Amino acid sequence: MAIELKMPALSPTMEEGTLAKWLVKEGDTVASGDILAEIETDKATMEFEAVDEGTITKILIAEGTDNVKVGAVIAMIAAEGEDASTPESAPAPAAKSEPEAEPEADKADSAKSEAPSENAKIVPETPKRAPVSDPAVPEGTKMVSTTVREALRDAMAEEMRRDERVFVMGEEVAEYQGAYKVTQGLLEEFGPRRVIDTPITEYGFAGIGAGAAMGGLRPVIEFMTFNFAMQAIDHIINSAAKTNYMSGGQMRCPVVFRGPNGAASRVGAQHSQNFGPWYASVPGLIVIAPYDAADAKGLLKAAIRTEDPVVFLENELVYGRSYDVPDLDDHVLPIGKARIMRAGSDVTIVSYSIGVAVALDAAEKLAGEGIEAEVIDLRTLRPLDTATVLESLKKTNRMVVVEEGWPVCSISSEIIAVAMEQGFDDLDAPVLRVTNEDVPLPYAANLEKLALVDSARVIKAVTKVCYKG
Amino acid sequence: MVKTPAAKPARKPSAKPEKAPAPAAGAKPAILPEEGSNHPRPRDPKRHEATADELMHFYKEMLLIRRFEERAGQLYGLGLIGGFCHLYIGQEAVAVGLQSALTVGKDSVITGYRDHGHMLAYGIDPKVIMAELTGRGAGISRGKGGSMHMFSTEHKFYGGHGIVGAQVPLGAGLAFGHKYNEDGGVCLAYFGDGAANQGQVYESFNMAALWKLPIIFVIENNGYAMGTKVSRSSAETEFYRRGDSFRIPGMQVNGMDVLEVRGAAEAALEYVRGGNGPLLMELKTYRYRGHSMSDPAKYRSREEVQNMKDNSDPIEAAKAELLKMGVAEDALKTIDKDIRKLVSEAADFAETSPEPDPSDLYTDVLVEQY
Repeated sequence: MAIELKMPALSPTMEEGTLAKWLVKEGDTVASGDILAEIETDKATMEFEAVDEGTITKILIAEGTDNVKVGAVIAMIAAEGEDASTPESAPAPAAKSEPEAEPEADKADSAKSEAPSENAKIVPETPKRAPVSDPAVPEGTKMVSTTVREALRDAMAEEMRRDERVFVMGEEVAEYQGAYKVTQGLLEEFGPRRVIDTPITEYGFAGIGAGAAMGGLRPVIEFMTFNFAMQAIDHIINSAAKTNYMSGGQMRCPVVFRGPNGAASRVGAQHSQNFGPWYASVPGLIVIAPYDAADAKGLLKAAIRTEDPVVFLENELVYGRSYDVPDLDDHVLPIGKARIMRAGSDVTIVSYSIGVAVALDAAEKLAGEGIEAEVIDLRTLRPLDTATVLESLKKTNRMVVVEEGWPVCSISSEIIAVAMEQGFDDLDAPVLRVTNEDVPLPYAANLEKLALVDSARVIKAVTKVCYKG
Repeated sequence: MVKTPAAKPARKPSAKPEKAPAPAAGAKPAILPEEGSNHPRPRDPKRHEATADELMHFYKEMLLIRRFEERAGQLYGLGLIGGFCHLYIGQEAVAVGLQSALTVGKDSVITGYRDHGHMLAYGIDPKVIMAELTGRGAGISRGKGGSMHMFSTEHKFYGGHGIVGAQVPLGAGLAFGHKYNEDGGVCLAYFGDGAANQGQVYESFNMAALWKLPIIFVIENNGYAMGTKVSRSSAETEFYRRGDSFRIPGMQVNGMDVLEVRGAAEAALEYVRGGNGPLLMELKTYRYRGHSMSDPAKYRSREEVQNMKDNSDPIEAAKAELLKMGVAEDALKTIDKDIRKLVSEAADFAETSPEPDPSDLYTDVLVEQY
């Protein structure tokens, strides 16, 4: 009657974690609700509670072990007094809500070689190949592997050290260390005057941020996710974006609104939306949606420095991914410049944010089929670097746009319009877009997977525009 | 049948001179919470004891707003001003009384779309304001803002906002800046009885009180949110109580008496500058004209408006008080003449100066080049 205790998933996107500490030892009896262990991820530390009653018979993973996969068996419990307690404790494992996530993880574990977890399907590993061009980074610069999360934090910390006017405000940015741990350590270094926890009132604190910017400060306003920024969109658009124009250039609003955007994993329709096209349609705003850590850092620093209001769209699924970041004292990238992530001569794949991972994955697979794709990361959605896109089109004469977002009135639509208006003579085939399905994002794992962009669909579209499909 | 603008009878401050001519001037500011509360509260305001010179100055400013707005109404009728145009006629004592107590360049002011009066009360040139109303390149926003969107960062006057209530969190942001920079400034954030029902106002109250931001929330209660009477839009019509849940003390002030307003402003500033956090002032006032120029005026009677003009006019009251102080009638006539001239010059300038250059269409979208 031994019960397996499995490494729990603390969030929908967690794949593995550190077993930081055991609070019980072999031979201890435990009851439901007892804290057994502390589990740590890059985002948070959580206590792992017992669901079942019994005696710990075996601890299989020692404390301090890193990279313990979700679903891995970490200890065994033997039910107490076989007859007496069995009727009470037996139904418990099935009835608890927590194990819901575990079958998922189990599957993932057993099918390790294919898909480590649900979300990884839309975040393929980046092929290890250096980007072709990033003129902002001097050749020969030393690279340091950094997560996107750390890169964003470093950007804010560096700018806060550099400019006393910069402060960070949002829900759980200070004492909690950031709902997604992006602001980790900032409170400690800069104190509560400059790292400010707000009540859950997006409309109000977005307005306070915009007002503080009008008054001369440099606010970085974090939305826990951009889904919640819809509560505050009036201030982003009416107060921030239009001020400079309406005042004839007299009054500025140098504020940065930042936070995760787009689909996360299994969080349902209200928490899964890409707002890039919404904000990118507004004159007066700068909209940045970086993909990797170097861009996240270099562009967030630029966003904080610019005199214009910026919407800075991050992606939760890449927060924990590591990428090379140039080891420079002041790595600031130009806003409004796309980046060629992979050179190719047969077709141009344009994307941004997490879509770049999908595009790069597709490009590698296409190379195996003899199609060399050039992958462009737009990086900035407004102003759009159409010159880089058109130049690539001139070379390849074929184009596919990949977007983790809805198809209608999207960045893809815009790129296609640009290709029609300014690149028509260079086109050998109609431009195709590969986007999410035109539905609210469903919860069920299989439906969610069907709704999101993936490299197979990109490959199909590319084959089609190359007339090879 | 007509309610006086200051409907709330309140405790009388002790040294209250009864010489105020308009009946409305009799109402006293009330302060919440009551004495004996555990929470800090401002002192009881006193009606400002102005010298003749000082009152004359207020009179001039109020008269300038009145005449300016009358002329704006005319220009609107002639088609020289387009779109929305919200006049401040009737409410002059509020802006003049409050802003005369501020320090220009140190304190900040922010308001909604009924902003002409607040700009004039801050001494901003009527020419560039009127030219903005007519959409000319010489306007304070280079013709790109219009009546509702005017700013003077030099005066720390931050607009001029068209979304009802949006200026309240923006004002809290300005106050956040005063506190962050420790510059001793206070933000005065104006909004109306209509805006006072917006959710974001209460989000701002909460954060302002939580962080003790130096801000005075000024509710200009002119009785109507567009055409909806306060009693038809607001569960709590005593707006000075709206901060109670946030422990923000409130004051109700007769907004038709410039010296009452000025006196209350001083008590309010003293409280907020003392690091006590925000304060809420409800100014009971009245607008003579419609909500905007396209107001059908079906929601209130002619008599109601007339009665207010006859019995509670802030400018007539100041005039009577000046005469009582011994100021010669001729002196007042001269002022009237000078102001008419000033307004005529502003109107001429606004009519004759050129429209913005077509190339201005594309400027000021962004500050930087990318």
